[in-house]
Amino acid sequence: MINGISINYYLLLSTVLFIIGAVGVMARRNSIIIFMCIELMLNAVNLLLVSFSTLHHDAAGQVFVFFIMAVAAAEVAVGLAILSMIYRNVKSIDTDLLSNLKN
Amino acid sequence: MLGYTITQWLFGILSFLAIMFALMVVFSRNPVNSVLYLVMTFFCMAGHYLLLNAQFLAIVHIVVYAGAIMVLFLFVIMLMNLNQDTEPQRTWLTKIIAGVAGGLLLFVLVGSLKGTEQLQLQSYGASQIGLVKNLGKVLFKDFLFPFEIASILLLAALVGSIMIGKKDIK
Amino acid sequence: MIKLIALVPLFPLLGFLINGFFGKKISKGLSGSIAAVAILASFIVSVLAFIELQGSHQKENVINVFSWINSGMLKIPFEFLFDSLSSLFLLIITGIGFLIHVYSIGYMHEDEGFSRFFTYLNLFVFFMLLLVLGNNYLITFVGWEGVGLCSYLLIGFWFKNTAYNNAAKKAFIMNRIGDLGFLLGIILIFTTFGSISYTEVFDKAGTASTGTISAIALLLFIGAMGKSAQLPLYTWLPDAMAGPTPVSALIHAATMVTAGIFMVVRSNVFYSMSELASQTVAVVGVLTALFAATIGLLQNDIKKILAYSTVSQLGLMFLGLGVGAFSSSVFHVTTHAFFKALLFLGAGSVIHAMGGEQDIRKMGGLSGKIKITFITMLLGTIAISGIPPFSGFFSKDEILAHTYEHSKILWLLGMIASMLTVFYMFRMLFIVFFGKFRGTHAQEHHLHESPPSMTFPLVVLAALSVIGGVLGLPEFWGLPNWMHHNLDEVIKIKNPSLLSHETEWTLMGLAVASAAAVFFFAYTLYMKHKVLPVEKEEQLKKWQKLIYNKYYVDEIYDMLIRKPLDAISTAFYKFFDLQIVDGMVNGVGILVKSIGSVVRLAQQGNIGFYVISMVMGIVFIVLLTFLMK
Repeated sequence: MINGISINYYLLLSTVLFIIGAVGVMARRNSIIIFMCIELMLNAVNLLLVSFSTLHHDAAGQVFVFFIMAVAAAEVAVGLAILSMIYRNVKSIDTDLLSNLKN
Repeated sequence: MLGYTITQWLFGILSFLAIMFALMVVFSRNPVNSVLYLVMTFFCMAGHYLLLNAQFLAIVHIVVYAGAIMVLFLFVIMLMNLNQDTEPQRTWLTKIIAGVAGGLLLFVLVGSLKGTEQLQLQSYGASQIGLVKNLGKVLFKDFLFPFEIASILLLAALVGSIMIGKKDIK
Repeated sequence: MIKLIALVPLFPLLGFLINGFFGKKISKGLSGSIAAVAILASFIVSVLAFIELQGSHQKENVINVFSWINSGMLKIPFEFLFDSLSSLFLLIITGIGFLIHVYSIGYMHEDEGFSRFFTYLNLFVFFMLLLVLGNNYLITFVGWEGVGLCSYLLIGFWFKNTAYNNAAKKAFIMNRIGDLGFLLGIILIFTTFGSISYTEVFDKAGTASTGTISAIALLLFIGAMGKSAQLPLYTWLPDAMAGPTPVSALIHAATMVTAGIFMVVRSNVFYSMSELASQTVAVVGVLTALFAATIGLLQNDIKKILAYSTVSQLGLMFLGLGVGAFSSSVFHVTTHAFFKALLFLGAGSVIHAMGGEQDIRKMGGLSGKIKITFITMLLGTIAISGIPPFSGFFSKDEILAHTYEHSKILWLLGMIASMLTVFYMFRMLFIVFFGKFRGTHAQEHHLHESPPSMTFPLVVLAALSVIGGVLGLPEFWGLPNWMHHNLDEVIKIKNPSLLSHETEWTLMGLAVASAAAVFFFAYTLYMKHKVLPVEKEEQLKKWQKLIYNKYYVDEIYDMLIRKPLDAISTAFYKFFDLQIVDGMVNGVGILVKSIGSVVRLAQQGNIGFYVISMVMGIVFIVLLTFLMK
């Protein structure tokens, strides 16, 4: 119980956010939206980590979240750079058109 | 009030808002709207962090995510001049399949969590580990090495994105 | 020295290795000397060992080199058996081998593949020595196969010529047919006696049934038929003349073809016990002798005449084996080695003088030009004709005497074969060395005697041919027959001659008289009337044509055996190979391709699809884990 809220609720909340992010990745064609949904998923995990760290009084969880944030930032930077290049070449960021890996 | 403490009320409201804004992110047509809704989601998350007394993380969350990353997203969207009209849509079938898949996953995950027991750890007052001082101590004592590596990672990302984004030199 | 008998095959093996690896890099003289010295060393060791054996009482010496095959019940050690038989053969092989090596240094002097020749020669001697020294059938078989291989290599020595290659292949394949019989014989011996060591098997020979012994003896004889060119596996020997003349001398006169005789003598206990096998051997032998002698009457290639003569003489040796005259046959092997090697080397000298010409119709009157060759060949021809007191007379007479005891008909056939031998050998001599020279002017200018490296062996062999008879002087003259005594303990079941002295004298007189009569007939025909072999085949009479074309045996084989085999092989190829095997292999490929093209559709390149699949996968896995609990 953290402040009277059982950990299950945090689990549930985190799972729902994660699912919403996953659905977003599956259901959208715009690459940037997909990216953002990925961030959403990451955040869901962050929340869960922090809640568990508070539960167990272990700072490792929060430190881990810290690092996740750093990595997410780096990933976004590089990912968006790649997307810009693709846009420059293909003039579109529609994932259906970016299927060079077909067959 | 009403049998619930203020903490629990806050938790409920913040959760509700977070989920609603997340759904809006996924379902809105205009990419700019998506970005904005995502920012709102992040604020809600920061609120959650504060509830858990993870002060440092809440601040960092807002500064890094809402302040930097989303701004970056917004820049790129502006650059590509995306708006509602040019937005590509998946077929109905795909959307339904996506929804079903997500639903299934939710079902399975929640089902697997059902059997877990409710942990009865007592917490006297708010936890202290989220404070800047304490977190700092842990970070620089036990996790110094990853900390330094993370800085190198950021450097690599920096160089990488510049290299990728450069125009070809003729 | 007997303990060190393993050195005897070792020296040629070393010679083979040195010449094989470094032959190209060292000078011709050095290469040839290494090879010859290796054989000389073996010869010296053989001589010393032989002397030691003669002086000692222990006649059977088993020398273990190393434990070779040791697998469960099958124990075959690598052992040598040094007794009077193998010691005698060692002397023949290394002695004549050495002379031929020296000869080859002169004969092959101009050739490109000089070191390769000596490599093969040394390898051949190595294998032949193994064959003779082994104490069990397997080592002998290894040597057997090895000399077959070297025969192939050496016959096809000038490999750029397709006809020579075909001759080499023919020799090898015919040998292999015989080897199959040999191998079956060895297997039968093993299953009957549980061992293939000579010492063990021969002691136990009495325990097996006559039927088995006959089978073993016949199977082994099939091997001998192939290796020693008896009917019907003899056609490879005349074709083998495609190889260089020293090869013909060494392999196809003195050593390899005698391997069959050696093997039969070594296994004499089987042949003595089985009347059926002995009879078969004798009949095959005498028929071969007669058959080959008739073919030799009209041949025009000097080497082919000698080849058919070899087949014929081998037939006589087998006749001797078949009637139980084992020591006589070995005696004839020895004397035959002397004069046949001499004749072949002499022929080589003639060919060398004629600048490569082998057709006797182009020769003539060479007696004045190449004196040493002429005299030595004359001596060799007299020896082979069985005219006393040359060596051939003694050995042939012994065989014929024993044959007479056994069966008069066989004796008569043997006598006819001997008479034919006299005829065609002197025919060759007269046509080549007497009369007018019938070659071209260029050849006439080229005529010269061979260098000493070639004439020296000729002289030595001629001397041996002349005095070799001393090894087996007839007992009824009151003189000691060394050969007979020597091989006493090798022949397990004795078969002494029971002829009265008068009969023996009569037989001997008949042999000499018939030989002299044929000689005069040949002399009249070729010297007095100066009859020459016809130039073209059409001028031959019908019966002459038949003989000249070797009774068309090769053609018969072609029709009966080769064509059906070819047809079967083609049928198999068309059906099995092309349709079934290729079909299967292609089918697998087509199957994989089709599966691939279906599975490929799953790879859309669309990330959304991938994510959906991933999620479904996770669902599936978690569900499974849940259900597992």
